[in-house]
Amino acid sequence: MIECKNINKTFNGKQILMDVSASFEQGKTNLIIGASGTGKSVLLKTLVGLVHPDSGSVLYDGRDFTLADKEEKQVIRREIGMLFQGGALFDSKTVEENVLFPLDMLSEMSKSEKEDRVQFCLQRVGLDHAAKLMPSEISGGMAKRVGIARAIVMNSKYLYCDEPNSGLDPQTSIRIDNLIQEITHEYNITTVVVTHDMNSMLEIGENIIFMFKGQKIWEGTKDNILGTDVKDLQNFIFASKLIRDMKN
Amino acid sequence: MKSFGKYMILMSTLFVRREKFSVYWKLTIDECILIGTDSILIVAIVSSFIGAVTCIQTAANLVSPLVPIYVVASVVREMSILELAPTFTCVVLAGKVGSSIAGQLGTMRITEQVDALEVMGINSASYLILPKILASLITIPMLVTFAGLLAILGGYTAGILGNIISTQDFIYGVQIDFNEFNVTFALIKAFVFAFLISSISAFEGYFTKGGALEVGQSSTSAVVKSCIAVLVADLSLAQLLLN
Repeated sequence: MIECKNINKTFNGKQILMDVSASFEQGKTNLIIGASGTGKSVLLKTLVGLVHPDSGSVLYDGRDFTLADKEEKQVIRREIGMLFQGGALFDSKTVEENVLFPLDMLSEMSKSEKEDRVQFCLQRVGLDHAAKLMPSEISGGMAKRVGIARAIVMNSKYLYCDEPNSGLDPQTSIRIDNLIQEITHEYNITTVVVTHDMNSMLEIGENIIFMFKGQKIWEGTKDNILGTDVKDLQNFIFASKLIRDMKN
Repeated sequence: MKSFGKYMILMSTLFVRREKFSVYWKLTIDECILIGTDSILIVAIVSSFIGAVTCIQTAANLVSPLVPIYVVASVVREMSILELAPTFTCVVLAGKVGSSIAGQLGTMRITEQVDALEVMGINSASYLILPKILASLITIPMLVTFAGLLAILGGYTAGILGNIISTQDFIYGVQIDFNEFNVTFALIKAFVFAFLISSISAFEGYFTKGGALEVGQSSTSAVVKSCIAVLVADLSLAQLLLN
C-alpha cells in the first residue's frame, strides 16, 4: 500500500498541492483524476520522489520515503515501475534493450536469465515480435506497452502510470487500460494511474481520488462516481454530453 | 552566480551514487566514438587550412632581406602548437560537440528519459554526463595533437605549392629553437578546454525545461558559453603558465 499524508507543495509562490492525503491499495488500480492543472502530475511526481514536498510524507508499506536516506530511497525506488506519458523510451536503444536496461543496471541476474525475463515481459504485453525495433519505428500504443514491460521487468511492487491513454485511439486506450488492470491483479501490485480519460475511470477505477485546485475533494470507486453530489466532480464528469446522456 | 552554484552542485553529483565500472566503460567508449572519431574530419579540414593560411600570411608580412625565410616555418610551428591547434580546434569542437551534448541531454530531459532514470534509482547526472566528460578528456587532447600536426603539414604544403619556402628551410625552421614546454602547455589547455566544453554543454542540456524550442536554445547557449569559457581559460592559462 502507498499512502501520502498532508502533502503540501508550492512552486514560485503558488500552492499546487494543499494538504493532500490519500491511500492507494495493493492489488487495485488506483486512479487520480481531475482537470488539467489541478496538481495530479505533481502529486504523482511527489509520490515517486521526483518532486520533494514542502511538508507531508509518502509511505511505501509503512516505510517513510520522504525521510528515507539515499540508500533507503534506492531500495524503494527499485521496487517502483513507472509508465511515462510519452513512454520515455531511450531513443538510442531497441525495444528489447529498453526493457533489458533496468535488469542490466540493477539486477544480479545472469545473461540468460535476463534474456528470458525480457522475452517474458515483451510476450506479456504482446510485443515479442517487435524486440529488435527502435522506438522511432513503433506506434504510440506500442511505445506505451514497451513502457509497461520496462516498468514490470524488475518485478515492481508499485506501478505508476502518467496519463497512459494520452494521444491514443479509443481501441488502443482500452487495450492499455486492460493490460494495466490485468498486470495489477496478476502480480498483486499497487498501481496508481493519473488520468482524465472518462473511459479509463469507468473501466478500471477500483479506487478513485478526484483532485480540484490542488486538493483532494472526493474519493470513491467507478461504481459510485456517477452518482456523486460533489458539484466540481459533477462538472468534471458530465462535461461531455455523451456521459450526461449515459447517466440519464 | 546562481547558475554557477547549480553547475558546481551538478559536477559534485557526478561522483556520488555511481553505477558499476563496466557501465561507465562501455558508455565512455561509445562517447569517444561520437566525440572523437566523428570529429576527425572537421578537425583535419580546419587545422590544415589554418596552417596553410598562417604560412601564406606570415610569408607575405615578413618580406625583408634581414629575416631568413625559415622563420616562416618557426612561426607556423609556434602558432599551431600554442594557439591554433588547442584553441581553434576547441572552439570548433564547442560548436560540434557542445551542441550535440546539449541537444541530446535536452531532448532526454523534455521526453522524460532523465526522469525515467531517476525513478529507476539511477543517478541520471552521473550516468549521462560523466562518460561524456571522460570521453572528452580522452579524445579532445588527441584531436588537438592531431590538429597541431596537420596545421604544420598544411603550412608546409602551402609553402611548397606556393613557392614560398623550400622543404629544407621549412624543416630547419620547424626544428630550430623548439621549446618542448609548448607541447605540454597545449595539452594542458586541451584538457582544460575539454572539461569546460563537455561540462558546460551537459549543464545546459541537463537543465532544459519546456519543449523543442528550449532544446534549441540550450544548444545555442551551450555553444556560446563554451566558446566564452574556452577563450577566458585560454587567456588565464597563458598568464599563469607562460609568465
